[in-house]
Amino acid sequence: MFDYDVMIIGGGVSGCACARELSRYKVKVCVLEKEEDVCSGTSKANSGIVHGGYDALTGSLKAKLNIRGNEMMEQLSKDLDFPFKRNGSLVLCLNEEDMPNLKALLDRGIANGVKDLQILKKEEVLFMEPNISDDIYGALYSPSVGIVCPFHLNIALAENAYENGVEFKFNTEVFHIKKRDEGYKLQTNTGEYTAKYVVNAAGVYADKFHNMVSENKIHITPRKGEYCLLDKNAGKHVSKTIFALPGKYGKGVLVSPTVHGNLILGPTAMDIDEKEGTNTTREGLEQVLSKAKRMVKNLPIRQVITSFAGLRAHEDGHEFIIGELEDAKGFIDCAGIESPGLTSCPAIGEMVTEILKEKMGLEKKKNFLATRKGILSPKTLSKEEHMALIKENPAYGDIICRCEMVTEGEIIDAIRRPLGAKSLDGIKRRTRLGYGRCQAGFCLPRTMEILAHERNMSIFDVTKSGKDSKMMIGTNKDT
Amino acid sequence: MEERNFICICCPMGCSLTVVMKGEEVVEVAGNTCKRGDIYARNEVINPMRMVTSTVKVIGGRENVVSVKTKEDIPKGKIFECVRALKDVKVNAPVYMGDTIMKNVANTGVDIVATKNVECKEA
Amino acid sequence: MKEYDIVIIGGGPAGLAAAVSAKKNGIKNILILERDKELGGILNQCIHNGFGLHTFKEELTGPEYAEKFIQQVKEGKIEYKRNTMVTDISPKKVVTAMNHEEGLFEIQAKAVVLAMGCRERARGALNIPGYRPAGIFSAGTAQRFVNMEGYLPGREVVILGSGDIGLIMARRMTFEGAKVKVVAELMPYSGGLKRNIVQCLDDYGIPLKLRHTVVDIKGKKRLEGVVLAEVDERGKPISGTEEFYSCDTLLLSVGLIPENELSMAMGVEINPVTMGPEVNEILETSMEGVFACGNVLHVHDLVDFVSQEAATAGKNAALYVKMGNTRKRKGKKILLNAKEGIRYTVPGAIHVENMDENLMVRFRVDNVYKNCYINMYLNDERVMHKKCLVLTPGEMEEIKLIKEDLLSYPNLKTITLKIEEA
Repeated sequence: MFDYDVMIIGGGVSGCACARELSRYKVKVCVLEKEEDVCSGTSKANSGIVHGGYDALTGSLKAKLNIRGNEMMEQLSKDLDFPFKRNGSLVLCLNEEDMPNLKALLDRGIANGVKDLQILKKEEVLFMEPNISDDIYGALYSPSVGIVCPFHLNIALAENAYENGVEFKFNTEVFHIKKRDEGYKLQTNTGEYTAKYVVNAAGVYADKFHNMVSENKIHITPRKGEYCLLDKNAGKHVSKTIFALPGKYGKGVLVSPTVHGNLILGPTAMDIDEKEGTNTTREGLEQVLSKAKRMVKNLPIRQVITSFAGLRAHEDGHEFIIGELEDAKGFIDCAGIESPGLTSCPAIGEMVTEILKEKMGLEKKKNFLATRKGILSPKTLSKEEHMALIKENPAYGDIICRCEMVTEGEIIDAIRRPLGAKSLDGIKRRTRLGYGRCQAGFCLPRTMEILAHERNMSIFDVTKSGKDSKMMIGTNKDT
Repeated sequence: MEERNFICICCPMGCSLTVVMKGEEVVEVAGNTCKRGDIYARNEVINPMRMVTSTVKVIGGRENVVSVKTKEDIPKGKIFECVRALKDVKVNAPVYMGDTIMKNVANTGVDIVATKNVECKEA
Repeated sequence: MKEYDIVIIGGGPAGLAAAVSAKKNGIKNILILERDKELGGILNQCIHNGFGLHTFKEELTGPEYAEKFIQQVKEGKIEYKRNTMVTDISPKKVVTAMNHEEGLFEIQAKAVVLAMGCRERARGALNIPGYRPAGIFSAGTAQRFVNMEGYLPGREVVILGSGDIGLIMARRMTFEGAKVKVVAELMPYSGGLKRNIVQCLDDYGIPLKLRHTVVDIKGKKRLEGVVLAEVDERGKPISGTEEFYSCDTLLLSVGLIPENELSMAMGVEINPVTMGPEVNEILETSMEGVFACGNVLHVHDLVDFVSQEAATAGKNAALYVKMGNTRKRKGKKILLNAKEGIRYTVPGAIHVENMDENLMVRFRVDNVYKNCYINMYLNDERVMHKKCLVLTPGEMEEIKLIKEDLLSYPNLKTITLKIEEA
């Protein structure tokens, strides 16, 4: 007997998409996450773009899953109640001699099956997006590109999986995986678990786990991407996601509205050794700004409210690695999931589930809940509805975060709901509290108070993002 | 003759003061734009004084702490003794602005008073 | 819909003083809307002394200063609502607000006084590179924790920025048991008041490193240290000057920004230098009957001046309610030009006929000037040449305009302020 039929290592979008898709079936699944919350690694720091699918090499898994993921995203956003918007993208050509490359991109997109692609002339681009640089020669327009909130997508997948019976173990780090005659034994800091199947969705650590069970080694390089996020005042500077023609290190710096109305600039691409090296650098941030300025004019860079860095899980073969290992049966890789990983995640979940379904002969559940409701935001209500809500629950009448207008009611919901927030970052990702221009300067004390109260813990145990990230060190004159 | 320079802190002007000393005696104060500057400079060379503001714990109040101050300035050298004396002080709510929290703090002859109201916690 | 003559947005020092003044000028029907649980605004957490020397001729702490105004509000039976967030002000002065008792509600105001104060510039605005661990606070947030909640955010502290709140917090953290290792300031001069450098840093031997900034933040979960480096004339870090300071806390005191989201949404014109509304001689914004005062108008360093300014706004709001726009914008608009060395003036333009006998014009300089002259020109003629020992960007300056002088000046078009160095 096994503790679980399937153990998924990693609570990012890939792991949670697999978990959610598997939860349609009668199967005992557990997600192991080394951090205290889902969406804590690669998934938390990316551009939030639902790519069109014209970038990846024709015939590659990346191309296939990108197209499929893009198709699935809209319905998924409705089922799981997370924000998604098809805003379209423009790939700009900034040098005349590169125009053939733009044409090549169009051809590739068509070959990949991307719909409605078209090359626009300079005037057409500027008519569509007046703030695009006057130095462009043309652009590839892709109306199917969209924007999504990576946190909400990841959290929605996890919550829905949980509601459908998937277990989640947080603060659980896998140290060793032992192949047994049948199945695997996973040694973690919280104990040993056995599972018949393992899904390796460990992001930048996926090579480590793969290499524990296989002789065919893979190698993942954390590829750092730095970003700047601008205030909502700047959110309408462009309406489409703006790329430059792709180079060697991927799609390069983009300028895009976010689904919440901010403007995002980034990412850079820098290969590093450190799998936790999410620090920003002066050079990186300068590069983000200078590259963004080449594409978009009058960029209001004084409106930068925060900057951050994420790590893409880049595999040497520059391709998603999804499938059962030849020399480790029952071990399914979900490795090398870099861009367009976020876009592809629903398709990745589908593909991994398909593999397991075939092997395990899975049977559908009757009571699968296909939908999930997100945190109710009074901002989306009419005045009358909001009034009624406050009457029913006065906590929806207390605004805690002024910049993003987040009420106490939403914070409490974020904490109490399934797989609810345990830390300040958890609340932030679920409600957007502290995401605004003051970056939690005003609301921090109240938020900590609410979190401590709801979780029945001392204010001194309130953390930013789980263990070792406590906010308060002591009391006045306590030494 | 010895010259000592200060920045006056009596008001936001922040005048640059020069005190000319002959031994222990103040010969001249220059740079001040008001009488208070002159007094400050003389005190600052002989016996610098400061008001201390801090907090003490409150029991049963709507807030955990209440802000306090020394009712008058105390010698600069006594500041940390004064702060340390407040370490274990606990007052019961309600506390009102002006309430004496501690008498003769650090033997300065100056009392500590509350600078804020802290009402009782609602039951 | 409930109607009020004057609705005041914000119950901090500006809102309170505006209310008291409007009441003194004959308006009974006034409402203050305050988002926090108590009146007094930021003064509640400013427990240090140094307030009120101008207004009350005594040295008070922040809460004591606030209480003087709160008492007058209460004695004047001026209405106020706490825990109430204003979410919108329409161009027709319908104020939408929210609290948990009344839910969402609307109020029709005849005049509005904007007194929302300011917020602190956050780390993101500076693009400081490094990790993003716990332990980085704006100085004001730390001030609230220490002074109002009794919690210590850390034990080994580095402060970036020498704004007043940062300086004050250096002393506060020292008193409460923390070691403040250094205060770093990007500029070659401090952004704070001199008295605070003396009283909060020098007294405790805390070094102030001018022309220094944080170039890296270490620690993945909780802050472990920062790297400081010297900067060149253009504010760029000089390579080779990096120095590591271990610390568990970084406080940021790197500037204040008027909170004008409501004003902008309403359509009020904003001055790009002050980030506050453009106002005229009666502190009325570009929208008729909407006045602004205090830190929402421009960031002050002394609350006494906030109170004075707010009293003017409150009085003018009262006059507006009583007289409507009959008093408005008489005569031609005279621009106040902030030239060499002067960053801005408040107000930025005036109608002389509409002035009171005197008008205080407040301004800030763009650098440290020693032994210089503040000059005022009416058209091209220099009419004032005032010697100043020192002017710093951290300290607001003021000059008085006299209506009679301006009225009698033939064909007055512009008033220009500039610094001339000796």
